[in-house]
Amino acid sequence: MNNHSDNKAPVKKMLLILSKATLENVYAAFVLANGARMEGIESEIFFTFFGLEAINKKRMKNLHVATVGNPAMHIPTMVGGLPGMEALATTMMKKEMDKLDIPEIEEFLYILSASGVKLWACKLAMDMFHLEKEELFDELDGVLTVGDFYGRAEGDGTHLLFI
Amino acid sequence: MQKVIASLNIEVNDEGYLTDFSQWNKAIGEEIALYEGIVMTDEHWKVIEYLQDQHRKNVPLSIRKIGKSGVVAIKDFYRLFPKGPLKISSKIAGIPKPVSCV
Repeated sequence: MNNHSDNKAPVKKMLLILSKATLENVYAAFVLANGARMEGIESEIFFTFFGLEAINKKRMKNLHVATVGNPAMHIPTMVGGLPGMEALATTMMKKEMDKLDIPEIEEFLYILSASGVKLWACKLAMDMFHLEKEELFDELDGVLTVGDFYGRAEGDGTHLLFI
Repeated sequence: MQKVIASLNIEVNDEGYLTDFSQWNKAIGEEIALYEGIVMTDEHWKVIEYLQDQHRKNVPLSIRKIGKSGVVAIKDFYRLFPKGPLKISSKIAGIPKPVSCV
């Protein structure tokens, strides 16, 4: 909608914090960040804790759907923990996503970057996991502290989302 | 509803998208673009022609597909239509608003 009246505050910037590396959470963050750009809204993703896996060049190709402790999978937890269940669920999910024209993690990161989504790695989490910048996605915009990240939230119409 | 665009009565929906693609012409596209703050160049038109071509073939549009089309890189697509590339270019092209989330 283009007709914003004075008392409506349009969303101008989305700051997403990705703290998990299960496929469903990574895609949620990516689709939301990309969707914001498609609406002309600025967007940035801060990868912290396990979220760093999604920009880890060695790990990003092996992310899985969580089959244990996820009631929405409709698989009993004991069965979800059997060998191969995660891989099976992941293959099924990837097939469905491909039908919907949703790219794999690495390609999606390139799309996000080309679309102007700023991608940041969390300094503390990098130190914790002993990760170097060279091990992360090449188009990363930089490494930030939490304080730096909050600094980017300045201005009206900024929203933060923790995933 | 009807709206006068480029001196013609055009059928549009409440978001300003043409509801009858056959009414579209270049002058209409140019006027919608100006309203969105865009001055059309050859680079813009190349994208619009591609979108219209896909629309005629009933191919749903997405940023990913456009990036792979060889017509325009994603980065340039955003540079040409910064306020929402797929949405605004579709409006200028006289085709329906895309329903894609990617």
